[in-house]
Amino acid sequence: MLSSTGHPFIFLLPVIAIAIFWVMAKFEPKPVGVTKKSFFERNGTPVAIYLIAAVAFWSLFMIVLPQLFMVEMSFRPKLPPIEMGGPKDLYTFENYHYFIYGSTTSSDAINWVHIKAFFLTIFASLLVAIFNFALCYPLAFYMAQVARPARVRFLLLLLIAPYWVNEILRAFAFRIIFSSGGLINKILLGMGWVDQPIDFIGNDIALYAGLGYAYMLMMIFSLYNAIETLDHAQIEAARDLGAPWWHIHAFIVIPFAKPGIASGCTLVFMLSAGSLAAPLVLGGPRSLWFTPILYDRFFQAFNWPQGAAYAFILLLACVSFVLLVLRLGRLSLGEIAK
Amino acid sequence: MSSKTVMNVMLAFYMAIFFGFLFGPLIVMGVSAFNTSTYPQVYPIEGLTLSWFDKLLNDRDMVYGLKNSLWIGMWVVVLSVPLGLAAAMMMSQIYSKARSFYYVIVVSPVLTPGVIIGISTVVFWRDLTTATNSKFLYDGVFMAVLGQSSFISAYCMLMFMSRLNRFDRAQEEAGLDLGASQTQVFFHILLPFLRPAIFSSAVLAFLSSFENYNTTTFAILADKTLTTVLAGRVRQGTTPAISALAVLIIAVTIVGAIIYEIVKRREDRERQARLDAAHAAELRELESIEKATHHA
Amino acid sequence: MTAAVEIDHLTVQFGLFTAVKDVSLQIRQGEFFSFLGPSGCGKTTILRAISGFQDPTQGVIRIGGQDMSGIGPNQRPTALIFQNLALFPLMTVSENIGYGLRVRGVPKADRDRKVDELLNLIALSDQGHKKIEELSGGQKQRVAIARALAVEPKVLLLDEPLSALDLKLRQHMRNELRAIQRRVGVTFIYITHDQGEALTMSDRIAVMNRGKIEQVGNGRDVYEHPQTSFVASFVGENNGFSGTITKISGDQAEIETSVGRLVGLNKKSLAVGTKATLFIRPEAMQFGAQGENNLSGTAADAAYEGMTTHLTMKAHDGSSIVATLTGAPAREFPPQGSSVSFAFATRDALILPA
Repeated sequence: MLSSTGHPFIFLLPVIAIAIFWVMAKFEPKPVGVTKKSFFERNGTPVAIYLIAAVAFWSLFMIVLPQLFMVEMSFRPKLPPIEMGGPKDLYTFENYHYFIYGSTTSSDAINWVHIKAFFLTIFASLLVAIFNFALCYPLAFYMAQVARPARVRFLLLLLIAPYWVNEILRAFAFRIIFSSGGLINKILLGMGWVDQPIDFIGNDIALYAGLGYAYMLMMIFSLYNAIETLDHAQIEAARDLGAPWWHIHAFIVIPFAKPGIASGCTLVFMLSAGSLAAPLVLGGPRSLWFTPILYDRFFQAFNWPQGAAYAFILLLACVSFVLLVLRLGRLSLGEIAK
Repeated sequence: MSSKTVMNVMLAFYMAIFFGFLFGPLIVMGVSAFNTSTYPQVYPIEGLTLSWFDKLLNDRDMVYGLKNSLWIGMWVVVLSVPLGLAAAMMMSQIYSKARSFYYVIVVSPVLTPGVIIGISTVVFWRDLTTATNSKFLYDGVFMAVLGQSSFISAYCMLMFMSRLNRFDRAQEEAGLDLGASQTQVFFHILLPFLRPAIFSSAVLAFLSSFENYNTTTFAILADKTLTTVLAGRVRQGTTPAISALAVLIIAVTIVGAIIYEIVKRREDRERQARLDAAHAAELRELESIEKATHHA
Repeated sequence: MTAAVEIDHLTVQFGLFTAVKDVSLQIRQGEFFSFLGPSGCGKTTILRAISGFQDPTQGVIRIGGQDMSGIGPNQRPTALIFQNLALFPLMTVSENIGYGLRVRGVPKADRDRKVDELLNLIALSDQGHKKIEELSGGQKQRVAIARALAVEPKVLLLDEPLSALDLKLRQHMRNELRAIQRRVGVTFIYITHDQGEALTMSDRIAVMNRGKIEQVGNGRDVYEHPQTSFVASFVGENNGFSGTITKISGDQAEIETSVGRLVGLNKKSLAVGTKATLFIRPEAMQFGAQGENNLSGTAADAAYEGMTTHLTMKAHDGSSIVATLTGAPAREFPPQGSSVSFAFATRDALILPA
């Protein structure tokens, strides 16, 4: 059992990485004739200092180190502040143990609630991504290839407008509609299709609808950007040769727009899986969504190491998803990060 | 009916459904802001009132949250725009073998769920401030700014990268050739060129910060922003005051968009006038050359 | 007197590719000097080496006698006019011209005065407040020159500045540039691939090919007395006949080519058996009479250009031979396909190494 004095070591990791690259750069053989100015010469000293300081601060203190610290914390036990750093502060898997078995020590029961929530979240987010893709593809295609520029600008404006409203408010709007006294129920009752108001919120339909709604803009933009670069002449040529419209989409447009589809689906998936506002606002008492559970670990159970562990599990899920999409589509990170 | 008409009808139908889905909830919410019923609803309309707006503006927590959100937004801009610029400039100058590694790191905040960024920020700074005895830094606003800036800087970086790509290096060389130092070239030539990107990334940074919830809710600790107050209110119970807030936000954005459109149109007009002047100058020049050669 | 620019055994290599091979020359103070050659011959590289944007792989560049090794472009007494001018689009005309002075810390009043002087020089006196976008092509050129002259360089370097302009403007600007140079007296180093430009504007020309200097001389030298085959064929139009030298007598030589035996001047004293080319300019080609050297073939084309007509004859070996005539004789050119003959005098023909 290691004592958790990992902090100095964590600081060392990035320093070592940087040192390795620096040495590699120093000893790289230079091609003849290329004028090699030093970094400080190229930018002037004040700017060079600014560049190095800014990038170092951001990448180390705002990205890499916080993540490493969080992961490190997930392997620590929950202790009151006095006992931290003391003899009981040893590295442990107990937080992950809790996720699976519902307790830090016994392996009798399985933590069905949390595990179910986790897989449900992943699965539902995937469905949301697919649903968004199906919903947004026709419009994205229309805007990218068919509509005239003036109309495209107008449509873009129309699309962006709802997203200036905060996501919480948008979720709230769904709540109004789906509540037992809300618009949908009033219509259903009024039409006589049901006798009693349906509890959309309790059975999570409101939540799924809300999630399907929340991230449409991301999908549209990703798809639009990708399809827009397709040379229209290719579609015309295919049509000329007699290809039916579904053929054109399936074999020309979609393969070309692969990076856009990948990035859109990835973004929607991750935003859904990591969504906090929508489940909080639209989730019923029995709702199972992973991120609110994560939230609870911090603010209700006050168990930060456990929360960190859950956060790390979520992070791994997202990273795996991204890698899976990259592998399936044979893409690189640069292509989808636009 | 020809297949083209069928397609057009289907397209119109699809667009109606799509935009209905997109705007429907907002219209419902907007209408409910004016409805006198204590529970936000659209039907039936019991009466029209502006009282919810009044309640909203008197909600002390909301107003405090708003002020905090504006304050944090400002600091996020101050931090993210320079960080984004530095990262973008570094991208083209970094040692080539380290470049993809660097790219993954700086783009990762964009792909990381907001809650994780919030959590990791808090965890890191709690430990760091304890170890270095600087507990005063362990503050909600400070960490909200840092947490948000970690991914907002990435947005700014991407915007600067695309603008930098269009920079004509010959201008930099011209500046040097005329005797400017690299620092002078940076301030006199590069930064003015980047001004549009600076402006748009600042706007993007501010808006992203203002509406952020996932990261802020963890990073802000016990303090409040507009979004966290809003979330709290919505959880507790709902009144149309919240709908009123949405209406206000929409109104502000519409006004902002109109102003932007006006300014942009004016700039475009001025630019066109300059290009027309150049064209006229070209014609005059050719004429005078013709005249000169004729008399010669 | 110290040369304005001295290039001393300059070699510039990029990896395995050598752009400039051991070039040495001296450019005189106040001279309008051109580097003439096709794309890729190394002229741009030399220009960048002089201005400080390219480090020599070997060799030294001296400006005003001072070694420029290790001195950056912002500290050299040179100013460069870029091919696309690189004017600062966000500054006005006056701000562009005054930029060099601004970064040297010249106080505003002096700066403004100098800028006004230059605006007068380039005849844009009341246009100082305009943005670059509003100017015509010719005006932009003049602003670029004024901007460069403002820093009072010892040498002004011009990188094919006229290539983007259309014909009439280009010709007009040639005269303008020359006039400005004479008035200001600064050494101009000009690079171009257009030999008409080089010939009309320059005091001396260096003809370059593949990184090496083929010949340096004034317009007459490179046109009438080319020293290499490349110069003979690159500068102006020329008919070249390749073969082997069979006989020498005095300053003449006889060369056996695919169109027959021809005699020309052997200024380079080439020996019998050397592979050489005989060059005769189209305007020195005679049509319709017999001469010292005769060529026969079939009429191929008569291109009428107003003042001149270019007659093309297809020789027995399939090659084309061109004669340029001034005046009217085109009417007499026989129809296509019929037999014709050209002739030229020995003293008009030059034999140069192949």
